[in-house]
Amino acid sequence: MKLENLTFRGGIHIEDFKELSNGSEITAMPAPEKVKITLSQHSGAPAKAIVEKGDQVKLGQVIAEPGGFVSAPVHATVSGEVLGIEKYLTSAGTEVDAIVIQNDGLDTIGYPEVDRSNEKLDKEQILEYIAEAGIVGMGGAGFPTRVKLIPPSDADVDTVIINAAECEPYLTSDDAMMKAYPEKIVEGLKLAMKTVDAEKGYIAIEDNKPRAIEAIENAVGDDSNIAVAVLKTKYPQGDEKQLIYAVTGRKMPAGTLPAHSGCVVTNTSTAAAIVDAVYYGKPLIERVVTVTGQGVNNPQNLVVRFGTRIKDIVEFSGGYSGTPGKIIFGGPMMGVAQYTDEAVTDKRNNGILVLTQEQVKPKPVDPCIRCGKCVEHCPHGLEPNFLASASKAENWEVAEEFYVTQCVECGVCSYICPSHRPLTEYIRYGKRTVMGLQKAAAAKAKEEADKKTNEKANKK
Amino acid sequence: METKKTQDELLLQVSSSPHIRTEDSTTRIMLDVIIALIPALIAAVVFFGTRALAVVAVSVIACVVTEAIVQKLMKRPIQISNLSAVVTGILLAFNVPATMPFWQIVVAAIFSIAIVKEVFGGLGSNFVNPALAGRAFLLASWPAQMSSFTQPYTGDALTSATYLSGGPAPELTDAFMGAVPGVLGEVSALALLIGAAYLLIRGVIKLRIPVVMILTFAVSYLILNAINLGVVVEETIPFGEAFSQSLTNLPIHVLSGGLILGAFFMATDYSTSPMTAKGQIIFAIGAGFITALIRVFGTYAEGVSYAILIMNVCTPLIDKYIKNEPFGGVPA
Repeated sequence: MKLENLTFRGGIHIEDFKELSNGSEITAMPAPEKVKITLSQHSGAPAKAIVEKGDQVKLGQVIAEPGGFVSAPVHATVSGEVLGIEKYLTSAGTEVDAIVIQNDGLDTIGYPEVDRSNEKLDKEQILEYIAEAGIVGMGGAGFPTRVKLIPPSDADVDTVIINAAECEPYLTSDDAMMKAYPEKIVEGLKLAMKTVDAEKGYIAIEDNKPRAIEAIENAVGDDSNIAVAVLKTKYPQGDEKQLIYAVTGRKMPAGTLPAHSGCVVTNTSTAAAIVDAVYYGKPLIERVVTVTGQGVNNPQNLVVRFGTRIKDIVEFSGGYSGTPGKIIFGGPMMGVAQYTDEAVTDKRNNGILVLTQEQVKPKPVDPCIRCGKCVEHCPHGLEPNFLASASKAENWEVAEEFYVTQCVECGVCSYICPSHRPLTEYIRYGKRTVMGLQKAAAAKAKEEADKKTNEKANKK
Repeated sequence: METKKTQDELLLQVSSSPHIRTEDSTTRIMLDVIIALIPALIAAVVFFGTRALAVVAVSVIACVVTEAIVQKLMKRPIQISNLSAVVTGILLAFNVPATMPFWQIVVAAIFSIAIVKEVFGGLGSNFVNPALAGRAFLLASWPAQMSSFTQPYTGDALTSATYLSGGPAPELTDAFMGAVPGVLGEVSALALLIGAAYLLIRGVIKLRIPVVMILTFAVSYLILNAINLGVVVEETIPFGEAFSQSLTNLPIHVLSGGLILGAFFMATDYSTSPMTAKGQIIFAIGAGFITALIRVFGTYAEGVSYAILIMNVCTPLIDKYIKNEPFGGVPA
């Protein structure tokens, strides 16, 4: 079964350069000499190390335990000796712990290799295997998958959607996964549907990936509960609100989770990782990463062990083409620019994008001419020009009045502004500030309400 | 930003997302508008002779030079290369007859650029359409010269009034092609529509404001003129007859008085029209209705420029109160 031509209002089609990296097969990159595995590869509490300097570890062995309920374990991505636990400075400015392991080149397996693919597994077992394997959202947010597959009690989930839109320009790792492992992805969808008791499953793919669509359609066969949803290629189709709307027609109310709209959305690579974990007991130690951009000589899709440096990956891909201007984890619209190529990959990185110096030369900023392009293309119906000028002037009342908290920082407004104004950048500042102010006001209101009830209780 | 490689160390640019930008620019948009105005410019020369070209040249030069001088005096970067002053110059020239004295055009150009645009903050901050403000300035200061029209092709002085001033109606084809007396840019609906089509294809303007404005004008004119002929004027006629008379006048009315020029090239000015679709519709309805009001009941012949100017000053109010509903509804 297939749904076609699905789309949403707003957004923009961007020249996507996918042909740089989608022509070749996935190549396995040999593990590097040393890996530096961060303990904060997911949203939620960082994992806690359970190994120390000098320990010998095996491939896939647990080296850090979850730090709370919303957390995940971390596994060794090579076998060898633990050189120590270091502090690692991320490009976001935060300092996290990282376990450094010297690769002994043997890849000695440290987890029981099983085959449960023909067993009848129930919900709890599936969730347990997913949690043990350290699976988190591999689309970029890194939300622990086991937690996502237990919807809140006030939600009634009936649909699971595999987000195979891959709407960011340059990135092709989901495309490569679908062409190489279509059955695994469909199986992952089925497992996810089982855990949340969903009747319907969709694999939502943008129409610029015809070979992937064909492969997935063949893998789905004539299963009546699963359908391929073909989306019109437009950024940001992969944003969960736009995706749920395009596939199901449901609009997520502000401040709610997808589960409250009856949907659970998960990434293509996550779906494949779920199958590896549940059926074969394989922990999450590697993933497909798209190394791409005009700044690298051989753009391609590689299987990379977590903790590998950008430097090693680019070297394996033919080295830099000229002097790089920006190295980005992720895509060009929402990825994070790195300050060094010593930065290491983790579970959430689906792409390493190297842009040349010429491509990132800053363009002069002109005044806002109120052309309205940002308003026309904002997928959330906001007015980015007002939000940006309010944020710049630190006028938080106006920013809140124009719904700054509803921005998802997709970047379409900055991209499309003919005056090259840094709209997303200003709005980001305004959004964080307003959200902080709202939180503080809510906490204060709660404190006062608690005080009042206490006073009332004392009077009695 | 320079990056150097010293001893294997890369100096990378680190800024927040997004990391790519469109190739579009404000200069490119202005260039598109200039290109779109060329057919009307050619029509003006065909009908009114080479002096039309001189009028446009004087206006453009005056606007550009004024902008450069004012920006220098105000210690702002000189940005005449973004071509916005050229666009204002052409549009201002399109609002005067071919016989307009050059020095009066220069004064209007200085008013449009220095006062209406630069004093209020420059590009994007003008509070009304600068070219239309210049026209209003000229109408108030030199009304005789502003209505000193000539016959097309010959250049002979006009002996009778123009259609909107109460004169005889021209042939529909003449009105469409442009062989009628009038200001430089308003006469040829054909040339203007060709230019508008170019802007629509290039994505510079949208149909929303022009279509709503013209339709609102048409409906308003029919109703208001019928009321005027049936009730208001001294010798009233039955409503049915008043209505059918208005209907006969309507096509020439739409093609006259700068309605097409105003709807497609002035009312669509970015800085002085609302940001949201709903706001733009309100703006266009207001402009169309006020045009009809002025033409039927007012003393001015064409009304378009004042209608747009009035809606220009209403735009900040429209933007303050008309917001799009965010996807997912208003947050609690």
